[in-house]
Amino acid sequence: MDKFDTLTGIAAPMPMINIDTDMIIPKQFLKTIKRSGLGVNLFDEMRYDDNGKEIPDFVLNKPQYRDAEILVAGDNFGCGSSREHAPWAIKDFGIRCVIAPSFADIFYNNCFKNGILPIALPQEQVDVLMKDAEKGANARMTIDLEAQTVTTSDGESLSFELDSFKKHCLMNGLDDIGLTMEKVAAIDSFETAVAQSRPWV
Amino acid sequence: MSPKTLYDKIWDAHVAHEADDGTCLLYIDRHLVHEVTSPQAFEGLRMTGRTVRAPDKTIAVPDHNVPTTLDRANAKTMTEDSRIQVEALDTNAKEFGLHYYPVTDVRQGIVHIVGPEQGWTLPGMTVVCGDSHTATHGAFGALAHGIGTSEVEHVLATQTLIQRKGKNMKVEITGKLAPGVTAKDITLSVIGATGTAGGTGYVIEYCGEAIRELSMEGRMTVCNMAIEGGARAGLIAPDEKTFDYCKGRPHAPKGAQWEAALDWWKTLYSDDDAHWDKVVTLKGEDIAPVVTWGTSPEDVLPITANVPAASDFKGGKVGAAQRSLDYMGLTSGTPLSEVAIDTVFIGSCTNGRIEDLRAAAAILKGKKIKEGMRAMIVPGSGLVRAQAEEEGLADIFKEAGFEWRLAGCSMCLAMNPDQLSPGERCAATSNRNFEGRQGRGGRTHLMSPAMAAAAAITGKLTDVRTMM
Repeated sequence: MDKFDTLTGIAAPMPMINIDTDMIIPKQFLKTIKRSGLGVNLFDEMRYDDNGKEIPDFVLNKPQYRDAEILVAGDNFGCGSSREHAPWAIKDFGIRCVIAPSFADIFYNNCFKNGILPIALPQEQVDVLMKDAEKGANARMTIDLEAQTVTTSDGESLSFELDSFKKHCLMNGLDDIGLTMEKVAAIDSFETAVAQSRPWV
Repeated sequence: MSPKTLYDKIWDAHVAHEADDGTCLLYIDRHLVHEVTSPQAFEGLRMTGRTVRAPDKTIAVPDHNVPTTLDRANAKTMTEDSRIQVEALDTNAKEFGLHYYPVTDVRQGIVHIVGPEQGWTLPGMTVVCGDSHTATHGAFGALAHGIGTSEVEHVLATQTLIQRKGKNMKVEITGKLAPGVTAKDITLSVIGATGTAGGTGYVIEYCGEAIRELSMEGRMTVCNMAIEGGARAGLIAPDEKTFDYCKGRPHAPKGAQWEAALDWWKTLYSDDDAHWDKVVTLKGEDIAPVVTWGTSPEDVLPITANVPAASDFKGGKVGAAQRSLDYMGLTSGTPLSEVAIDTVFIGSCTNGRIEDLRAAAAILKGKKIKEGMRAMIVPGSGLVRAQAEEEGLADIFKEAGFEWRLAGCSMCLAMNPDQLSPGERCAATSNRNFEGRQGRGGRTHLMSPAMAAAAAITGKLTDVRTMM
């Protein structure tokens, strides 16, 4: 997995609540057996018209946001299905960080498996970042994962909370399965014990 | 010993390892796998030279992509990319030695209907699947939730998940339901009350008289939509109904093991003075037959209400409501019961079980659907379909003018050929009314099977109580 340490980039504003996984990547693009190549269909139904032509008003189609690496959005981002195609599409587009007042649980978790940092901040602080993002391409935010801060283009710094284990894995690009495999003895002994106590499992 | 919730008890019984920072390895008893969210996980195993740790606890069934038309044995009914996904599952299930129900097996169906039906889902278990509606299995008092594909790979390789414990939320539905009110109305009303993020970070336990009175099918409907309220998992404490449902199922324990299991299952309830981080109480008597009007499952109103206005809401919801009204093509102030519909879809992991079909049949018996209406019933599994045929329900549906389909997810998420066209308005018994969910530009109103059946007859959203 890609490491995440610091990121300075353009932030795209999406001031909508409940941005769901069907919006992020509609189901017709789930028929892939690969993880890559979904960026072109990120937010497909908001981004393209019925003929596949770009809708100029959509934020990621605007010249100043086409290279966005950060997304600032409303409450409950990523609600809906468990499809990891949502973070795959976000990552493939080039976005490495999503900032919102809250995230749906499964989506939030899926981000960390793909080198994406989801940052939850109180609404007032997201409002500040949304305004900053609305300035366009010349305004760049900086994310510092080690320090757990987001810095606006004006130099205002905001701190965010993060689970220490998730932070550690993201900073070092660690493979979860490899880490768990190191604890295989604990899994073995648990399995042996359960075979006795709950043999029907 | 300090008092525990049901969630605490199941959690504690499955922690295989706990790190100093509280990060746990939770042991997984049942891993359900379908064709859409698993191919990359199996590919990951191959690339790293890993294998499936517990194939005997891993159950695979194709459901999302499969056509539900009667000609589906003909490979040409599936698009090329769908066919590749289904074939990939077929290959992976055989190569790794999983329990497998292929499209041609009568037991095939939606993974969340097949699991309980075959006795894979049992009280006190941990159940995961790369699908958010895994919450369904919580109806058995099993800790069940959706996971992403990376986690699917993690469970395949290690039979565990890296987890931190969630918080405890109690949703109590007191008293009795009025006639015409069903499990679907309960679960939608709860989401209407708490919002789609109200359960984020929590595991919900549903309790109270109205929940206890529900059948296992109804309880599955309630837990199925826990995720729509933001909670990864919903739970209902097992009781005699649960045990009766499980007994004799193909993969349920038998003999002495059944007795031992029962002894443990009977300890699976929340202790009286257990701690709850959040409590929500609804009166069963106050719940009406409901429909959704917008593009979020929290956009719930009684069928007797009018379409709201954006100005009825606060904060970010004002813009969201306006966007929903525009997308849904609705004018505020219109009585919901005057909204005309084009299509009816009865099925899905929310409402594709035998009880759902019985409820629809009770309304449809001897009636015809409105002329020009497109209506389909997609049973949740091949066995549900067979039972409905045996009970004569299929004849009622066909005589009413419904298409009687084979089992699958179908128009709930429209990954197979069953889709809405732009602007087409659908009364659906599924779980999500998101923009484009049932097809680009499609307009979805969520409701119970009885309400959907009533809408099929009148051609508009209808209060089922007027037809009972």
